[in-house]
Amino acid sequence: MEFTRRETLAIGGAAALTFVLPFRANAAVEDLVNEFTGGAELADAGVELTAPEIAENGNTVPIEVAAPGASAIMVLAAGNPTPPVATFNFGPLAASQAASTRIRLAGTQDVIAIAKLADGSFARSAKTVKVTIGGCGG
Amino acid sequence: MISRRDFLQVSMAASALVGASGFGNWSRLAAQQALTQDQLLQFDTFGNVSLIHVTDIHAQLKPIYFREPSVNIGVGENRGAVPHVTGADFRRLYGIDDGSPSHYALSSGDFTSLAQAYGRVGGLDRVATVVNAIRADRPDALLLDGGDTWHGSYTCFHTEGQDMVNVMNGLRPDAMTFHWEFTLGSDRVAELVEGLPYAALGQNIFDAEWDEPAELFPPYEFFERGGVKIAVIGQAFPYMPIANPRWMFPEYSFGIRDENMQAMVDEVRGQGAELVVVLSHNGFDVDKKMASIVTGIDVILSGHTHDALPEPVLIGETIIVASGSNGKFVSRVDLDVQNGRMMGFRHKLIPIFSDVIEPDAEMAALIDEQRAPFKDQLEEVIGQTESLLYRRGNFNGSWDDLICDALISERDADIALSPGVRWGPSLIPGQDITREDIWNVTSMTYGEAYRTEMTGEFLKVVLEDVADNIFNPDPYYQQGGDMVRTGGLGYRIDVNKPQGDRISDMTLLRTGEAIDPAKNYVVAGWASVNEGTEGPQIWDVVENHIKKLGTVTVNENDSVTVVGA
Repeated sequence: MEFTRRETLAIGGAAALTFVLPFRANAAVEDLVNEFTGGAELADAGVELTAPEIAENGNTVPIEVAAPGASAIMVLAAGNPTPPVATFNFGPLAASQAASTRIRLAGTQDVIAIAKLADGSFARSAKTVKVTIGGCGG
Repeated sequence: MISRRDFLQVSMAASALVGASGFGNWSRLAAQQALTQDQLLQFDTFGNVSLIHVTDIHAQLKPIYFREPSVNIGVGENRGAVPHVTGADFRRLYGIDDGSPSHYALSSGDFTSLAQAYGRVGGLDRVATVVNAIRADRPDALLLDGGDTWHGSYTCFHTEGQDMVNVMNGLRPDAMTFHWEFTLGSDRVAELVEGLPYAALGQNIFDAEWDEPAELFPPYEFFERGGVKIAVIGQAFPYMPIANPRWMFPEYSFGIRDENMQAMVDEVRGQGAELVVVLSHNGFDVDKKMASIVTGIDVILSGHTHDALPEPVLIGETIIVASGSNGKFVSRVDLDVQNGRMMGFRHKLIPIFSDVIEPDAEMAALIDEQRAPFKDQLEEVIGQTESLLYRRGNFNGSWDDLICDALISERDADIALSPGVRWGPSLIPGQDITREDIWNVTSMTYGEAYRTEMTGEFLKVVLEDVADNIFNPDPYYQQGGDMVRTGGLGYRIDVNKPQGDRISDMTLLRTGEAIDPAKNYVVAGWASVNEGTEGPQIWDVVENHIKKLGTVTVNENDSVTVVGA
């Protein structure tokens, strides 16, 4: 566990973020969700989000979203300084409504996927991805 | 008609009552004051399939002492549940008599006197005797190795795992999964795995670049035993790139990947598997959660957290078997599989009392052959100990206290940090400390002892981070180690608080002053996961320290106050 001063500051900063910013971040995320859904209700089923429980590397975290029949899936990293990650739009001829990518996470936070389903309704799925210093395995 | 689930529960209850697990017999042995190999091996062969499980051997070829933990706190739903029950509570739970062989083998308390009475445990030559005896009963028994095999000793380090591969090949396992093996570096792992005469499994070992299953490690292997088609699915340690240095095996990605586990179970069932066994290095609580999410697993052979349980734990229709560590135990699980269903089981956790079980001569010779080139270095006496030296436990063990003292004194530091690993045998008072003993608790491929400065604030971030890896109420967020050991630093921990709020009252022990978040402290530690860490090897630091002391005494450590256990 040796850290350069820069890493120390970076990790310290990330930790501070979780104390100071949750309200602001949540408000920003809520606004983004409302903008996407027009304030519609969010169902729990209909969109699948696959992400690791603990990130192996916070700088490149593989995630996958899938929502059969969806026309769009928005992905948010709720705790990032800039929460929007991507919005995937699927045309009527898309063979499957799934996408995978890698995202950067500033610290432990929820990753959120919102899908606009075929019937115009919306579904939400979220998963906490932990970003940790690590280093003490059994 | 009795459902399968009821059947399993009845079978569990019956095993607890009449000792069909082989466990109830042990307290009787205590009364007889005589252990024999026949009693330890006694088992009425049952059903049509036998599984033999060894795990977390950590390169311990020879008999050792190994003290089980006295502190092993469970959080969330696992509070007070096995394996988070220790000492006298553990003995009451399983009806174990104080002072009995099972007290000594399975629980803490009176360790030194019981160790003197019952002697050392383990030794792969004794394990071979047990495996051979089971194979005499059931020639086609499956032998499965849960990993953490090619790590943890002087000879393993110097041969880069070759000694363990040679000896394990002598035991003829059928499959293996992995954890510390990867700290040999991915090239060496590939070299060893390509030469293995048995399956190297891991459904959760993926190619990091493409996020696809890694070719070298198939997810499962089929075996035809006793007329039953068995699928063994491997589950490597999920958090290797986090708990161990990622740069040593950058090609690989891991994770729990329970959705892929479900897909693999469905796939093998679809191909006609009548019995699905998961050979796991998840750790016990993670295995419990996985068993509650993934359907269709009959048996999980659980490793990583080094728990030894005298009976399987039943989650839904899955039994979870925990077989201890360091070669101290072998689990035998006999199963009755009929028409593609597990109808019942009989289980015994066999403690390897090294003075009771006859070493297998062929294996003993093979082990000595591995050790011969290093004999002088291994046996060199560095000092003596007047105290019991052990590691296991959620917070400081006396071995760690000694290592932290060595770091503070040899590296001239205010504070020492030592990783909360669960491997490392014990020494009892009056024993010589040999070089081998020091390597048994320190050997690794990233053992450089760093010296650096950290602010008080950052030290708290470190403690909070590690604490959450152990005490997060969701097992999927736990990494299965213990708390980082601290020297020169005291603190209070409330295990039930969220990350960021668990640690308080951090104190610099040397002065008794509160740790100042803004101040810099000189910190010495080892086992950094960062590439390019510089410093002398930890075993040299500890050896120099012990040499200077001559005789080691470690006083009771009360620098950590635990709340909420």
